Amino acid sequence: MGSVRRHVHIDRDPDTVWKLVGDLARQHEWFPLASCRVEGKKRWITLPSGITFEEDIITHDHSLRRFQYRMVGNPGITTHLGTCDVLDDGRGGSVVVYSTDMEPEALALVIGGAAGEGLTKLKQILEHA
Amino acid sequence: MGRKILFITTDQQRYDALGCNGGDVARTPVIDSLARNGIVYDRAHPQNVVCMPSRSTMLTGQHVSTHGVWMNGVPLAADAPSVASDLRRAGYRTALIGKAHFEPFIDPFLRFAENRIGSAGLETEMTIGADGLPTPHRGFEHFALATHGGLGPFHYARWLREKNPAAAAMFFQVLDQQLQVNAGGGGDTNAPQVKHNEIPREMYHTEWVADQTIAWLSSLPADADWFCWMSFPDPHHPWDPPKSELGRVNWRDIDLPPGYIEDAEERERVLDDKPRHWRLWYDGTFVSNYEAPAKWVPKTLTADNVREINAMAHIENELIDEAIGRVLSSIDARGWGNDVDVLYTTDHGELQGDYGLMFKGPYHVDSLMRLPLIWRPAASAHVAPSRVAAPVGLVSLASTFASIAGLQQPDYAEAARLPHADGEAAALGHERVLTEWDSVLFGKIVGARTICRDGWVCTAMLPGTVHDGTEGELYDLANDPLQRVNLWSDSRHTAHRDALLDDMWSSLPTRVLPLRPCDAPV
Repeated sequence: MGSVRRHVHIDRDPDTVWKLVGDLARQHEWFPLASCRVEGKKRWITLPSGITFEEDIITHDHSLRRFQYRMVGNPGITTHLGTCDVLDDGRGGSVVVYSTDMEPEALALVIGGAAGEGLTKLKQILEHA
Repeated sequence: MGRKILFITTDQQRYDALGCNGGDVARTPVIDSLARNGIVYDRAHPQNVVCMPSRSTMLTGQHVSTHGVWMNGVPLAADAPSVASDLRRAGYRTALIGKAHFEPFIDPFLRFAENRIGSAGLETEMTIGADGLPTPHRGFEHFALATHGGLGPFHYARWLREKNPAAAAMFFQVLDQQLQVNAGGGGDTNAPQVKHNEIPREMYHTEWVADQTIAWLSSLPADADWFCWMSFPDPHHPWDPPKSELGRVNWRDIDLPPGYIEDAEERERVLDDKPRHWRLWYDGTFVSNYEAPAKWVPKTLTADNVREINAMAHIENELIDEAIGRVLSSIDARGWGNDVDVLYTTDHGELQGDYGLMFKGPYHVDSLMRLPLIWRPAASAHVAPSRVAAPVGLVSLASTFASIAGLQQPDYAEAARLPHADGEAAALGHERVLTEWDSVLFGKIVGARTICRDGWVCTAMLPGTVHDGTEGELYDLANDPLQRVNLWSDSRHTAHRDALLDDMWSSLPTRVLPLRPCDAPV
């Protein structure tokens, strides 16, 4: 199992951060995606290379400020759970944690890299807003 | 007009692959001619024994601790120094044709410029440089990118799909369904990563790299100064040269390489004398890095597998030699022959059967560290041919390119240019060469630091998953050229070992922190 985790500190309160992170149709605004489309408990993301992944939304909890999803319908991906948490840092800011657990494990590294870039961009967007 | 620079690299090639270095199987007359008329370095080491870190060293003139590409999958910073940028600012036309690999290959998010350039069929991508002016990616105005085979986003794969949509499937499938390095085998002996490839020779990547190089050089005006990095993806595995060429070397006819220990008991005794990750990998119980097939057990390697893989590599090396010959002929036809410096090397070696192992990893012995390195200065520079025994590293390449162009040693470069002869090696600081290894693969951590000087190689294993920081390797290269006798724990050599370690730790640059993240397996 490939297990990776990235995080970033953002100098904005958790509710402000969750307003963007928790809007699952807007993830392409901060994550390196070409587009996102949400219908009920389903989401489709399209990568800049043109590849589209179908996802089941597992958790979308505004009180926990947690989003979890699984990539489904792709025979090459045998296991997947993605988790994004927005945590209160106790000082008025937030820590955003993006975790991926999946097989094939090699892809976990790739998604982890994209998450790292996405979190950096998220910080830029929110702190310069 | 100044001196032009043809920088030729192969991928994963051993020192002994070439006739000029004692190789007696592959016929490499073109490279041997460069050696006769140039400077041959007999103790050239990479600063890391896998692709991305080593190639980053070539471009930046920096050790791994400084440029930060500490393992495959860690991208070189987009704003990292590049000698190609310096040469371009000095008026050189610049191109990189073939394999770049400063950035990860597996990149469905297209986060990295190499993949964007390849997938869009661009020549380069412009960015804003440190001086605030537009600059092409890493200083190269022209990319024609390739890797081994026909998959992926690069120019070669796109070209191949257009020429023959079925061609990509003719190559060995490098990765399996789990995106791991494919443990499958083929050929006559079911050797790992071997396949009889139906691809016509004229469509093979070696030919394409030479063709693209000739085409780019042909596009330049006669009075141009240029720096062309011609980067062959071979003889890196998989070993699947065009089937039409298999008659060049019959694996049944070749001897086993000297580094292969036929007797299993003796082989395992030698492995047990080394730090424990050697034997653990051989037994298939500890695969520390992504560069070897995770599901393949080296202990299963047969003598015939070794013969067949070596034959395939020799064939690929002959094709490279002939491709270089075509490029040099085209350069002569342009009338540039007297004004071109040619540098030839590779990024790292290949175990190729030594100790019963294949591929690469944290194994700092000659199989992976001793590289072919040849500098054939332009005839107009009047540099006498020589062979250099002093230890040198690929970290000197950037300064060497700068010196050829008449530039000062770049302030970011951590080593002086390559010496013309042993007589000036010490004055240029070529007393030792350093190699680093770090890998972290889902909790499996391995680190090693190595110094080579005065005919000795000394490696300290860093604390990690299977090492406690007390293990290491010490080899006397003159008396043990195959590095079979590990003197690390021999009390007669303790003082010498400790002196080498002191020199190594004081010579290594301070590691730039925080570590850059690993963004892909390769």
